[in-house]
Amino acid sequence: MSRNGLLIDYHYCTGCLSCDFACNQEFGFPLGQSGMKVAQHGPWLIGEDKWEYLFVPAVTELCTLCSKRVKSGKLPTCVQHCQAAVITYGPLEELAKRMVGKTKHVLFSR
Amino acid sequence: MSNDTPLQKKLPWRWTEGDLTVTRSNAWSGPGCHEGCGVLLYTDSAGTLVKVEGDPENPFNQGRLCVRCLALPEVTYHPDRLLFPQKRAGERGEDKWERISWEEAYDTIVEKFNGYKEEFGAESVVFCQGTGRDVTWANGRLCYGFGSPNSSDFQSGMACYLPRLASLYATTGNFLVADCSQYFPARYDDPRWTPSECIVVWGCNPIISNADGFFGHWVVDCMQRGSKLIVVDPRLTWLAAKADIWLQIRPGTDAAMALAWLDVIIREGLYDEDFVEKWTLGFDRLAERVAEYPVAEMAKVTWVPQEKIEAAARMFAKSKPAAVQWGLAIDMTKESLPAGQAVTALWTVTGNVDIPGGMITTFLPYGADIWGGDWGYSHLPKETKDRRIGLDKYPLLRWGLPLAQADEIVEAMLTDDPYPIKAVWLQASNALACMGADPEKLLKAFRRMEFVVTIDIFKTPTAVACADILLPALTFPEKDGLRAVWYHIGNINKAIEPVGEGKSDATVAIELGHRFNPDSVPWTGAVEYFDSVLEGTEMTFEEMREAGGVLYPDYEYKKYEKALERADGEIGFNTPSGRIELCSSAYERSGLDPLPYFEEPTESPLSTPDLYKEYPIVLTSGARTWGSFHSEHRQIPILRAMRPEPLVEVHPETCERYGVADGDWIWIENHRGRVKRKVHATQIIDPRVINADHGWWYPEQEAAEPSLYGMWDVNFNKLIPWDPGRSGFGANYKSLLCKIYKVADGEGA
Repeated sequence: MSRNGLLIDYHYCTGCLSCDFACNQEFGFPLGQSGMKVAQHGPWLIGEDKWEYLFVPAVTELCTLCSKRVKSGKLPTCVQHCQAAVITYGPLEELAKRMVGKTKHVLFSR
Repeated sequence: MSNDTPLQKKLPWRWTEGDLTVTRSNAWSGPGCHEGCGVLLYTDSAGTLVKVEGDPENPFNQGRLCVRCLALPEVTYHPDRLLFPQKRAGERGEDKWERISWEEAYDTIVEKFNGYKEEFGAESVVFCQGTGRDVTWANGRLCYGFGSPNSSDFQSGMACYLPRLASLYATTGNFLVADCSQYFPARYDDPRWTPSECIVVWGCNPIISNADGFFGHWVVDCMQRGSKLIVVDPRLTWLAAKADIWLQIRPGTDAAMALAWLDVIIREGLYDEDFVEKWTLGFDRLAERVAEYPVAEMAKVTWVPQEKIEAAARMFAKSKPAAVQWGLAIDMTKESLPAGQAVTALWTVTGNVDIPGGMITTFLPYGADIWGGDWGYSHLPKETKDRRIGLDKYPLLRWGLPLAQADEIVEAMLTDDPYPIKAVWLQASNALACMGADPEKLLKAFRRMEFVVTIDIFKTPTAVACADILLPALTFPEKDGLRAVWYHIGNINKAIEPVGEGKSDATVAIELGHRFNPDSVPWTGAVEYFDSVLEGTEMTFEEMREAGGVLYPDYEYKKYEKALERADGEIGFNTPSGRIELCSSAYERSGLDPLPYFEEPTESPLSTPDLYKEYPIVLTSGARTWGSFHSEHRQIPILRAMRPEPLVEVHPETCERYGVADGDWIWIENHRGRVKRKVHATQIIDPRVINADHGWWYPEQEAAEPSLYGMWDVNFNKLIPWDPGRSGFGANYKSLLCKIYKVADGEGA
């Protein structure tokens, strides 16, 4: 059976932390813990008028891909609440196909 | 595989999921927020709010939410919530209170207010508010129902949104917003809509600020659909980093920048001749004025290279459709109306008015008297209206929003001129720590009041310092209400019983209104009031929520061609000339310059070079952070953890020059005072500029004076004067001068 994962278009991640918070609230984790944490790179000036300013979400051991939510017909909470709508949930094979030819995407399997 | 929600559409407004009950609602203050996102409120069998989710069926936010709503249960159930009415049991500034009943609170307020009315006139009581949003109509109803013409806020030049509203109503007869498909329930899939080729994000960081009913991430949605960005901002925001062109503007020179763009656009013939000819008035006079602001000169003024300004102006003018998502920086220049007028001219002369992906005109949804409205003002006797504070000095106030002018209110409170002010009703406003300029002056003004009532969800420094009666308001899951900012209207549905004895601002407006003047509120309760304002929907409050709780009016583009724009049903815009007035008859009539202009900030490297020698850094403020709404949310641990302390952004070169380092506590000082901030060393700011957080206080510190929750040391407003623009609108909150130095040992953190 195909396993599911999360494909993230981190070029458009704005670092709003809604994924982190939504997961923290969904599962009642202690302050600061979540199934999704967002790393920040920059802002650094890396050339004339060129900036590195990226947020890259990453799943942690706490992530269950919201199996209960998904069974009841909902999206994983990070996917639903992501303000920039950059997280896609689905079968890994399909997500991997979708990733081909794209830049600044990252695929997480669980 | 898709992110399209698999949920069945048209869920009811309330249902159960396992052990939990789900109530669909719209998140409209308190706590403060402009937006009103669709939310699902999850409650357990004990009736406790356990979780807040975005509502995937609500077109506004499409299931998304920011951290402040996700953390809402921690706000609603916070131990510091105000739970019952209280009256002061000691001196003002002492934190001593006695619990009272609503009856006693109402009786006291009515007795006091009516006493001042009898002796000094109803105008001796002023009704002011913060940015609570769902309190706006309630504040107006209470003010005009009581019989006072003085409704306003305690902010110099009412320098938040109101200048842009006033500017646009005066020159275009309506308000305009960047079109991100928000008028269509099907949103980006609606075939009538098309994404902007270019979006200019000017003087705001919408993904964090979410101001004025504009969900900031719509800009990101549009970027994903091909929109290019130009960002005008003194700081490198995330959007600026992604923009095709980022103009790192000197704070306070927005009008100069807009005039420079116009110079390029007009000189190079990049404007829409057809639109200008058919639908605008005064283009030639505008062109003459713009010629006084050549781009080469404005490059020196704005600190942005000429080539960059030219490239941005050309990119904007050659993109169609193009839109401008503008923000508070325009309002927070002292001459904010001409600044707004110049930006308005940009999208007007390029013909981007009311077209898909352009700047579209807006209306109150179904005419509902919530977000804007009359609120009973028109029923005031003429002699009362004529006594509205600020009318003599600022005649533009006669033709626009019926506001009293805030700086003049503070003067009247201090001097009894033009007449005595005896009492203040302050709603959802922490004026001393947040929106007010010079808080020492404001506090003196409050201290001259005989009676002050505050209503809020938490006790604030302002309440401890000023209030005689403290009323508890509600967070939105505890109340019924209506959310209405432009595009749609929706129910705020009560999901839990109030945590204490608090009442919604709506209920207070009706109950206290009955006691002020029963004729002013001919409704038995809040829901009956909602039914009446929903008349245009042909639904009641109950029927609307049964129908899904969100209603979108039909929307049409190019309304000016279809006789849908003017109040009189004629073709054209809702101005005296029927055209967009690039040269404004409303301004002329009010004794103001009818054309846009730029004026240097009152204190700046160019206007006060001597002062600049002593205070050699340009100081800006007001940038928003994810976890707080202005001065709110400081007591919520998970949100406070995102910004535990008040920061100031300083360029590393500037740190070195002044001997401060990342993490140091420093004083920011000008000739009015000094405030503490912790240094965040960063390249995102120009070395000549620093940017300090606003709205800080420490709910965990001593409430009573002199501490006032540790407010004085960190209150940025100490550096800002009460000093509005010529029109009465606008003030230089974001463009000051300062020096910085380390906090000495023993001065605390």
